[in-house]
Amino acid sequence: MDFTTPSGRNPIDQLIVVGRPATRVDGPLKVTGTAPYAYERHEVVANQAYGYVVGATIAKGRIARIDTAAAKAAPGVVTVITTLDYKAAEKNPLRQTAKLFGGAEVAHYHQAVALVVAQTFEEARAAAFLVKVDYETAPGKFDLAAEAPDAPPSVDPNEGEDAEVYDRVGDFDAAFAAAPVKLDETYTTPDETHAMMEPHASIAAWDGDRVTVWTSQQMVHWAKAALATTLDIPEEKVRVESPYIGGGFGSKLYLRADALLAALGAKAAGRPVKVTLQRPLIINNGTHRAATIQRIRLGATPDGRLTAIGHVNISGNLPGGMPEAGIAPTKLFYAAPNREIYLKLAALDLGEANDMRAPGEAPGLMALEMAMDEMAEKLGIDPVEFRVLNDTQADPRNPQRPFSERHLVECLRTGAEHFGWSKRSKTPGAVRDGKWLVGMGMAAGIRLNLLMPSAARIRLEPDGRLTVETDMTDIGTGAYTILAQTAAEMMGVPIGAVTVKLGDSAFPQSAGSGGQWGANTSTSGLYAACVKLREAVAARLGFNAADAEFADGKVTSGNRSIALAEAAKNGPLTGEDGITFGDLDKKYVQATFAAQFAEVGVNSFTGETRVRRMLAVVDAGRVLNPTTARSQVIGGMTMGVGAALMEALAVDTRHGCFVNHDLGGYEVPVHADIPHQEVIFLDHPDVKSSPMKAKGIGEIGLCGVAAAVANAVYNATGVRVRNYPITLEKHFTALPRTA
Amino acid sequence: MIPFTYERAKSPAEAVKAIASTPGAKFIAGGTNLLDLMKFQIETPTHLVDIRGLPLTTIEDSADGGLRIGALVTNTDLASHPRVKREYAVLSRAIVAGATGQLRNKASTGGNLLQRNRCPYFYNTDMPCNKRVPGSGCSAMGGVSRSLAVIGTSEGCIAQNPGDMAVALTVLDATVETMDAAGRTRSIPIADFHRLPGNTPEVEFALEPGELITAVTLPPPLGGSHHYHKVRDRASYAFAIVSVAAVLQKDGTGRVAFGSVAPRPWRVKAAEAALPKGPAAVVSAAFEGATPTKDNAFKIPLAERTLALVVAERRV
Repeated sequence: MDFTTPSGRNPIDQLIVVGRPATRVDGPLKVTGTAPYAYERHEVVANQAYGYVVGATIAKGRIARIDTAAAKAAPGVVTVITTLDYKAAEKNPLRQTAKLFGGAEVAHYHQAVALVVAQTFEEARAAAFLVKVDYETAPGKFDLAAEAPDAPPSVDPNEGEDAEVYDRVGDFDAAFAAAPVKLDETYTTPDETHAMMEPHASIAAWDGDRVTVWTSQQMVHWAKAALATTLDIPEEKVRVESPYIGGGFGSKLYLRADALLAALGAKAAGRPVKVTLQRPLIINNGTHRAATIQRIRLGATPDGRLTAIGHVNISGNLPGGMPEAGIAPTKLFYAAPNREIYLKLAALDLGEANDMRAPGEAPGLMALEMAMDEMAEKLGIDPVEFRVLNDTQADPRNPQRPFSERHLVECLRTGAEHFGWSKRSKTPGAVRDGKWLVGMGMAAGIRLNLLMPSAARIRLEPDGRLTVETDMTDIGTGAYTILAQTAAEMMGVPIGAVTVKLGDSAFPQSAGSGGQWGANTSTSGLYAACVKLREAVAARLGFNAADAEFADGKVTSGNRSIALAEAAKNGPLTGEDGITFGDLDKKYVQATFAAQFAEVGVNSFTGETRVRRMLAVVDAGRVLNPTTARSQVIGGMTMGVGAALMEALAVDTRHGCFVNHDLGGYEVPVHADIPHQEVIFLDHPDVKSSPMKAKGIGEIGLCGVAAAVANAVYNATGVRVRNYPITLEKHFTALPRTA
Repeated sequence: MIPFTYERAKSPAEAVKAIASTPGAKFIAGGTNLLDLMKFQIETPTHLVDIRGLPLTTIEDSADGGLRIGALVTNTDLASHPRVKREYAVLSRAIVAGATGQLRNKASTGGNLLQRNRCPYFYNTDMPCNKRVPGSGCSAMGGVSRSLAVIGTSEGCIAQNPGDMAVALTVLDATVETMDAAGRTRSIPIADFHRLPGNTPEVEFALEPGELITAVTLPPPLGGSHHYHKVRDRASYAFAIVSVAAVLQKDGTGRVAFGSVAPRPWRVKAAEAALPKGPAAVVSAAFEGATPTKDNAFKIPLAERTLALVVAERRV
């Protein structure tokens, strides 16, 4: 099904199942600990051995020699493979920069240099300590601030390889110079790590020249292609299964060392091998969200109209890597006739910077939405009103390109009303509650609605049940559930009549989970498959497909009504199709929006910030399942609190590594940090997005949150901290002591 | 983790004898710190003597009106004991400020005293650390040091003692009772229990090899108001950046110890005497001679403000 024109009315619009709260169909497996996660797939293949990864202990240089003799002689060891045993891969998989294994060159700290395979995990780990690696260390660049002045401008990879470097409209310099009210500030965001619960994990088994990998990957077909590329074997020789994933946040978008080393280790050992990336290895071995230095310049008229927007975002990455596109939201968010927006990219020798939940938007909005708060104060205009004043209904670069649906103003107004925004003190540092300085803050969020092709198969079984198969993944998001809802709605059965099977590369290729495209596009792909199945059912039962209604387990047309199961009594009926998208996302800007509100207390003595309550109002098209969608948004809000107040990888610029490389050293919010969250969804189905009329939900919940919290901290204290995270030492000495 | 052998002891005498007869042996109780360290081969015992079966699990009134706490009393049980909550509230509050419910259920009183430091370089076995490999150097010096000690350090080590319970025990003048390999017992004042690094950062405690903690005793209650304020980046399950344990009396006198600022709970009696003059005087005296890094110099003004908060919140 090619989706090229806005969707008319279709069976999803009945909203008998879709759009209603439904608990997770995979919930019982999760809460009973029986969902089969990759490392625990003991049953899939016999004789599994355990691999333990040895990471490089230098950040840059070459390996002169690796001595594996002692490790090979250790108890239980099956084999040891080293990076010197393999050639460096000639080409990298899609959107990947770091070489995962092979060759003598070390490009970053904890790059995998060896895998010890043993009978037990403990034996593999013990033997790993016996692998001796001699390095020739080379100097590296590890300090973004030091490299920033010389960082060259960079294309925004999200705009395409040959896109313009500079996003320029009008005459920014002249307009900014002439603006009666100006802001020119620099904001920084730190390196962050995904900190998902389930570490990267894979089991690999070879059958002749074919390899099967049971793994934890958000994008099954990417993983399959990447494995084929890296192993230099045809794609059809690779099978990937990733049915359950314990969180990803972008860390599992791309092939990582666990899957590759499991495959190489299994080949060398002559038996299946399982590998998990040890927690202290993940942060330097894997990918992270890059730190940014962002200069924002805003010019406005005294009545609050923005006349000039300038945003330069500097980040670093391994040579050849992508920039963190912190400018992404600024391109589209607010009207202003004069604009200059671009990226700079420094070469750094830290681990690979790559996608993390709302890449670009999350750190970009941390800066932009703090700048907007500061500008509102300079203008003496309420921050909500300031944003309303500068709303745009078209791409600021191209007035002929409207937004498909944009209800940011309604988000802002609804949120302000619901949160009690009018009670916010306009004067910062004015509200006290015992020892606490109390403040309210808000920020707005935008995140693109990305469209990816997605296919699925649905089978009507002779007993009337439905089986859905697609290589879509559920990374804790609720994909199983919304796919079951979609099938149930389309075929007129209860959710319980649908079995959803995911994450197998043998199934039709889906959009996968990333960029918040999964929910909308994978359900649309299944919608297309269901249309095919409805046609097959109608034909089998002698109905005209266009007239047939599917409801209550029956197919009805006119006076004639037949049980759905009848259609399959002589054998299963299958519908298989996918969705592809035309140019509706070129003609229209498709995006999701949020207004984020937060109230915080700041301890006036110690500077500790504790969030008191939060509200998100979200405009993301049709909400397919309010229960799982709310989980997505509150998870994003929680991540935003982390970004605002505590999350930061600490760079040791001497050794070229992130020092706090475990969950003890890298703090994310715990339950006690998140006392109260509320989510309101606006109801604006987007007919230009898909037949589902839904949009992404997985990332918009994070967008703007950190700035809302930061702006609340400022409102509480009167001290502006522009360097995230806002840890206590950045402001406590300036706070008045109140008790 | 390297292979090790394991046995369960039934009495303190049996336990110390087992340790003495096996080179490289260590006691294990809750294991909340030791097991992690073994996985990284930072601790490499060849033999573990499990002391969880020892009859050291009770809290008893002592003859002088104080309290005797068996070494195997869990953090949870100690913090929730009625007399501790009522008369030694600083201890109860310190314990519940630490770790998580699950960890406090496992962690023992004796084991908690022996928790090792949390310097990130101590845990990274790829880098030099004088605690792990004496003489190899200190990676924290000149490195990432926000959480580390500002006073009591040496050229060889700037790791902090990160605990909460021991800070309260320090303010309460607790005593650590032990039994050595020969079955002899002794009492070590808490103030002498944690060693400063000096030239031997690898020696963190006043225990002799094979010496077993059997109990911690508390003198009679001090009265006054009890406070434990732990400053941290998140609301729970985080080590202190700075903590203050204090017992304050109506007349303005009191006792104060600081946590996470030094290689041991930091209590300076001369500084404490300045309490009537106010927090600034106390901190100025307590941190005289401090040698913070640029990353953690903020801990000293933070300690002052935390003590000021405690004083402001005093309810006598």
